[in-house]
Amino acid sequence: MDIPDWQQRARSVIDVGRMPSFSLQGHERLVTGVAGALLALVVLYSTYYQVNADEVGVVQRFGRYVRTTEPGPHLKLPFAETVTLVPVQRQLKTEFGFRTTAAGIQSEFEQTDETRAESLMLTGDLNVAVVEWIVQYKVKDPYKYLFKVRNLDSGQQRSAPSTFGDMNEAVMREIVGDHSVNEVLTVGREKIQVDAKDLLQRLCDRYETGLEVLQIVLQDVNPPEPVKPAFNEVNQAIQEKERLINEAWADYNQTVPNARGEAERVVRAAEGYALERVNNARGDVARFVSIYDEYRKAPDVTRKRLYLETLNEVLPKAGRTLIVDSSMKGLLPLLNLDPIKQEVKP
Amino acid sequence: MRRSWLAVAVTIGLVALWSSVYTIAETEQAIITQFGEPVGEPHTDPGLHVKLPFIQTVYAFDKRWLEWSGDPNQIPTRDKKYIWVDTYTRWRIKDPLLFYQRVTDERSAQSRLDDIVDGETRNVIANNDLIEVVRSTDRAFPEIEENADVDMGVADVAGRITMGRDKITRAILDKSRGIVSEFGIELVDVQIRRVNYVAEVQQKVFDRMISERRRIAERSRSEGNGKAAEIRGQKERELKGIQSEAYRKAQEIMGKADGEATRIYAEAYGRDPALYQFLKTMETYRKTFTRDTTLILSSDGEFFRFLKHSQ
Repeated sequence: MDIPDWQQRARSVIDVGRMPSFSLQGHERLVTGVAGALLALVVLYSTYYQVNADEVGVVQRFGRYVRTTEPGPHLKLPFAETVTLVPVQRQLKTEFGFRTTAAGIQSEFEQTDETRAESLMLTGDLNVAVVEWIVQYKVKDPYKYLFKVRNLDSGQQRSAPSTFGDMNEAVMREIVGDHSVNEVLTVGREKIQVDAKDLLQRLCDRYETGLEVLQIVLQDVNPPEPVKPAFNEVNQAIQEKERLINEAWADYNQTVPNARGEAERVVRAAEGYALERVNNARGDVARFVSIYDEYRKAPDVTRKRLYLETLNEVLPKAGRTLIVDSSMKGLLPLLNLDPIKQEVKP
Repeated sequence: MRRSWLAVAVTIGLVALWSSVYTIAETEQAIITQFGEPVGEPHTDPGLHVKLPFIQTVYAFDKRWLEWSGDPNQIPTRDKKYIWVDTYTRWRIKDPLLFYQRVTDERSAQSRLDDIVDGETRNVIANNDLIEVVRSTDRAFPEIEENADVDMGVADVAGRITMGRDKITRAILDKSRGIVSEFGIELVDVQIRRVNYVAEVQQKVFDRMISERRRIAERSRSEGNGKAAEIRGQKERELKGIQSEAYRKAQEIMGKADGEATRIYAEAYGRDPALYQFLKTMETYRKTFTRDTTLILSSDGEFFRFLKHSQ
């Protein structure tokens, strides 16, 4: 029986335990076909490339820069040409003085020895401040970005030192070094950001980095830890001062208007008294004057009449009336000093 | 036999071809040496190049701006402040031939830069006060209200800066440039990446900052007390003023009224004082006598005259 070739070979593998010698004979076409297909794939892979919307492709032929390609699908010479994709639209960011460990709606940050070294710096009045900042930048010139400076930026990977990182630190220290610690902590932040951005851009241009600095944004700026309580004490003291002054004014505002009101009242009362006094006088006097006018017409009669009217009214009121003869002397023995009895008069 | 000779010849040919072609990347520059000696000019144009196979070798150098970081060191300033200064520079191989002859490779170049730039840094810093290293301009710091009158000690340097950080780094750069150009190196810049106090000095600075702040706090507090006392005093003053003024006015008004009343009375009763006395007496009788009163009257009184006679 004719055992097929492949069976023979399989058996030899199982029985003997070694691969049979591979012979091309009869399989030449298959082999060349497969090899050809693989080669074609490799060439295709090395020819076709795609540039994303926020990138450009920088093409080098035998190492030499030949062209920059826009976003989209492209072809290049296989093997001889290489392409490097550079993000030119994307806004890149680098952090100094801190690291974001988890970005999100509520990002998390961390401090390491390295970040602490990045953020500690001298101020213009020879004090010390801790400054955190970020720089936002983008690639303006992809040729310069790739070919002019070694280890330009490390992006988010801050483990490797980079030229851009060094520049940032030097620039921030120069700017902060020209401002007082008070300015750095409070009123000077805007100016420092603008000055730092300008200086950094000048350095970027001088070093041929091809970068454009969009913005420098200061984050937390604080006095060094050991000094923080003293700075807080100043804030507290200012609040204390305001509190004392406000309390004093409150006291004033409570007392003085009240006193003014009271003063008004006193004066009004005096005026009231004055009015009453004068009116009473006028009233009394008017009465007198009318009587006087009538009296003058018949003085004697009027006088007697008034006299008798008064006695008529008065004498009955008196509890006891004693009429003593003028010639009698020694009244005292007759006088009953008993208390007057209350008699009911009809 | 011929076939194997052909194969050998082809192989040698390929190897020779391989050895005569080289590429220079966009970031590179190269020199060619023949039997160890450099030949020709340095090649800075990137791309594909040819050379003599086997006997010529290519040495490629980086064309880019390269890093160098100083050894952070304690350096005393002219005013005896000890600080850590960490400088960097960016440099490149300007003349690769000279570079190859004098320094050979990057590693020894770094080492030479260490000596030169670190040395110049030390010199320049030692000849300047700390404030010159920190500040760039002599603009005055704006006064912040709480700090007015508080002696800030070091802060008042307006007008006293003669160098500034910029000029200092430029001095280091200029001094180093000339030396390193002999190795075919070009420096683009020297910058101070970090400058900090050494530990003991830093502690003293912190202490100074703390006591400065304490003084400001104290001043605020005492200002608060002072102003509050002032306001309270004002309150007292105004209070007394208002009260005494009111009293004065009231007395005046009442006095005037009393005077007026007296005038009215006098003017009226003055017309007939006797009548007034009579009327007033009658009124008084009416008011005075009550049940408790005991009247002792003489029969001589006019009222009783009819008791004795009818006329």
